Amino acid sequence: MTSKRAPGTRAWISIVVLLAIAVGAGPWASIARAADPIKIGLGMALTGGLAANGKPALMAMQMWAEDVNKKGGLLGRQVQLIYYDDQTKPATVPAIYSKLLDVDKVDIVMSGYGTNMIAPAMPIVIDRKLLFLGLFGLANNEKFQYPNYFQILPAGQNPAVEVSLPFWELAVKQTPKPQTVAIVGADAEYPHNALAGAREVIKKYGLKIVYDATYPPNTTDLTSVARAIKALDPDIVFVASYPPDSALMVQAAHEVGLKPKLFGGGMVGLQFTALLTKLGPKMNGIVNYDYWVPEPTLKFPGIEDFLKRYQARAEKEGVDPLGHYLPPWAYAYCQVLEHAINGTKSLDQQKLADYIRKNEHDTIVGKVKFGKNGEWETSRVLMVQYQGIETSDLEQFKKPGKRPIVAPDKYRSGTLIYPYSKVK
Amino acid sequence: MFSLDLFLNALAAGVLLGGFYAAVSLGIAVSFGLLDIANLAHPVFVMFGAYLVYTMNSRFGMDPILAGVLFTPLFFVLGALLYQLYYASFERKGAESLRGLVFFFGILFIVEVGLLLQFGVDYRLVEARYIGESLHLGPVGLPFRLLIPCVAGVSLTALLYLFLSRTFYGRAIQGVAQDAFALRLMGANPFKVKRLAFALASATASVAGALLIMIGPVEPAMNREYIGRAFAVTVLGGMGSIGGTLVAALMLGVAESLTATFYGPAWGVAVSFGVLLLALAVRPSGLFGR
Amino acid sequence: MSQRAFLAVAALVVVAGFLVSRVLTNQYYYFAAYVILQYVVLATAWNILGGYTGYVNFGTPAFFALGAYTSVVLIKMMNAPLGLQLVGGAAVAGLLGLGIGYLTLRLRGVFFSIATLALAVVLQTLFVNWEYTGGARGLSLIRPATAPLFGHYVQFLFEVMLILALFAVGVAAWIEHSWIGRGLAAIRDNEEAAECMGVPTLRLKLVATTVSGALMGLAGAPFPYFVTFVEPGSVFDLNYAVNSLAMPMIGGSTTWVGPIIGAVLLGTAQQVATVTISSALNLLIVGVILVAFVILAPEGIVGLIQRLARRREGDVRLAHGKAT
Repeated sequence: MTSKRAPGTRAWISIVVLLAIAVGAGPWASIARAADPIKIGLGMALTGGLAANGKPALMAMQMWAEDVNKKGGLLGRQVQLIYYDDQTKPATVPAIYSKLLDVDKVDIVMSGYGTNMIAPAMPIVIDRKLLFLGLFGLANNEKFQYPNYFQILPAGQNPAVEVSLPFWELAVKQTPKPQTVAIVGADAEYPHNALAGAREVIKKYGLKIVYDATYPPNTTDLTSVARAIKALDPDIVFVASYPPDSALMVQAAHEVGLKPKLFGGGMVGLQFTALLTKLGPKMNGIVNYDYWVPEPTLKFPGIEDFLKRYQARAEKEGVDPLGHYLPPWAYAYCQVLEHAINGTKSLDQQKLADYIRKNEHDTIVGKVKFGKNGEWETSRVLMVQYQGIETSDLEQFKKPGKRPIVAPDKYRSGTLIYPYSKVK
Repeated sequence: MFSLDLFLNALAAGVLLGGFYAAVSLGIAVSFGLLDIANLAHPVFVMFGAYLVYTMNSRFGMDPILAGVLFTPLFFVLGALLYQLYYASFERKGAESLRGLVFFFGILFIVEVGLLLQFGVDYRLVEARYIGESLHLGPVGLPFRLLIPCVAGVSLTALLYLFLSRTFYGRAIQGVAQDAFALRLMGANPFKVKRLAFALASATASVAGALLIMIGPVEPAMNREYIGRAFAVTVLGGMGSIGGTLVAALMLGVAESLTATFYGPAWGVAVSFGVLLLALAVRPSGLFGR
Repeated sequence: MSQRAFLAVAALVVVAGFLVSRVLTNQYYYFAAYVILQYVVLATAWNILGGYTGYVNFGTPAFFALGAYTSVVLIKMMNAPLGLQLVGGAAVAGLLGLGIGYLTLRLRGVFFSIATLALAVVLQTLFVNWEYTGGARGLSLIRPATAPLFGHYVQFLFEVMLILALFAVGVAAWIEHSWIGRGLAAIRDNEEAAECMGVPTLRLKLVATTVSGALMGLAGAPFPYFVTFVEPGSVFDLNYAVNSLAMPMIGGSTTWVGPIIGAVLLGTAQQVATVTISSALNLLIVGVILVAFVILAPEGIVGLIQRLARRREGDVRLAHGKAT
């Protein structure tokens, strides 16, 4: 058996060597100096399914860091972003955040983009009692009720319901009042949450659900679904979808002649330039959620300047050229942090969190005030209706008028064309 | 909520979908079914084709199908080169095909990164006049967005079928699958025959890519969704039977579409893979197995 | 290596792991090491079926996910301790393994591979539609903050995964050197011939699929407490299928050492790339490693080392021959 023993022993040695390399590979970055910059760490989806949003979000955050540094930094120190690609895989998140905290020794951690990437980071920040600012997570804190978590998506204190609430409020105000509803969405985190919230509201308003189904993400064809819905002829079709299936749904609805009185609601992706310009006129009449559009009721100080600079830069970096959807919010959640650091003159996690909780914050997306579970105190989910889109020209979306806000009334900037079939 | 109208439409939608699946699976039916090379990277080449088509379409307004056909020579050459590398590294040494799997996974990642770096992470779509319109045949509506890919997919299948059964090289390819030694006795070089077959298989990726981006938006990592489906179609079709591949693709398309319409779209994909499992359990060598 | 030596080394590693976890408090290393060790288990498990027996399993995510979801159910139902989760995850995934073992009765080669792939897709759809375990939305779990003796729970998870890895390797090594391993190798080389020679092929294959499946389930069982968030997309990730196949191939698939080397090498490369390169190039490196290794070291690293060693012996003999 000697011949067998030999490779075994040699293999053990190589394993030990490899393990040693593995352990040794980390601490390059950990040599710290005095008067260091303030380090802000995060994981962000730069590849994988959420990268189309993650990349522009990161760019907005880098713009914020540059802006702050130009003004002389925070507490007289420069700001440095340390970020890693989470590959849109929740499994990478624990290692990334512990690397940021234990090896890179960052002063502040912020979240990456999306509910699924925030969830695995929660136990780590809770364990260490850190301040944690979230970027577009849906009800991440419901289970933990962690006091130092704050989230920038303006979906109010009951996010699953609030993301579609204005849609239903708008619907029941119409005459003739719609009666029947079809709800459909992708089998993924956000759509399922939105559908669950929608069911609650539908029940409250006494509407009748005639179709309620989900389909797997990355479904190739949705014409069968659109046709099944059309056969039931519902007054409202509410869709909660992700970018690829949003596009498929819009196309399928056109092709099968699906014409409910109200169509849309929770379709992610129609806000992005790539789909806006390619779907163009096919989107006319759809009522869909949004958080910011260039309408006169949402002219907050700083937003136009930010977008102008963003758009100039986006072209070079090959990310979403309009940047209306996520980038302003990625910039804003950094501004909340900036506000808190300047307000407390400290980097103490608890002090910062207390300050953020108690105060209202001026950002490029308006005044932000956090409430229960660190969600926005009052929701600011908007419903816009795509109107008068004729070409696939990009410039038209930079001006008001193509996506007027039709709900809630506080931000209304246009009138709803109802029913959907009246839209040409 | 059953109605004849709905049933006919679901059937039609399934057939359309199946025609498209056939186009994506053809390359694998040849490379894997006939040559025994598990080319897991084929779907990523389909993706590459889709992005080239996108570029031609958005820059010059070129018709997607035309662009897809235009790029077939490029993919033919790429396929020939890839086979050359594969041959030199594995087949010549007689290494088992298992290593080939790892090799093609590696190629898949490399091409995917290339696409990410070159074309970015945004979803891409193409425009054409007929996209959004439908052809109406009585109660059945056929969206051109799906009809054209189906027609193109079926035509591509027919062309390949004719080539393989009617031409000398085609028969040589079928021969190399069965008995490379006999082929050599006939005076043909198995390496060259296989290279030709692999290159042809790769060339279909360009057209399949055009069809893919016509049907819906694409992003680089999407190829992974089609690996399972394309291999399932190939295996169900009986490994290398071109006609079988088409029938299997249509079967999966119809199964998915009928489930989506009458039972719930959530189970569509599971049903089609369930059909595959059942079919394999009953008839292990596929529907039209040799 | 003899059994006793293996046990001694294993005990030493476990104790060392424990001692290290008492001293080194930097949590990053535990998170990173956990992932690498998890791949050691997966690659070793895959290799029992793929390397020894020659049946290529594309369905690693199915077994891994089944282990993870069994834990989720146990946590939700009765707040089960980790030990019970491990047993449960291994048992359920092992049963699935037994099931695919019967598949091998009819399906060989690629047909078997495609069937395992189909199985993963069907299973994923089931979990997407099962609301109890979170459905498509996923489920956040609260893991205990501390574990007795270990202080931090993360250190404890690391130690658990270390023990699981040693256990998996031990099982693989034992199988390899026992009559089972010889029988499996006979099946790999020529199943019909083995059958004719009286090797109980079906029973052996059932052992291989069950053990392999159970070990993959074991790797998945602690996952819910590791990420604290379980969602179908992340446990049914194609990466588990790719890695569990690529790692033994890179390391060498005919011995139990191969998967360890492959998993440590590729797993470490992935972990390091995540926090250094951190962009699309990350994936490029994995791709290049896969292609380069299967081309340059077709028998895996173990094979390469053996070949080099043999050549050196040959050179020595040659030199001796000239001298005399």
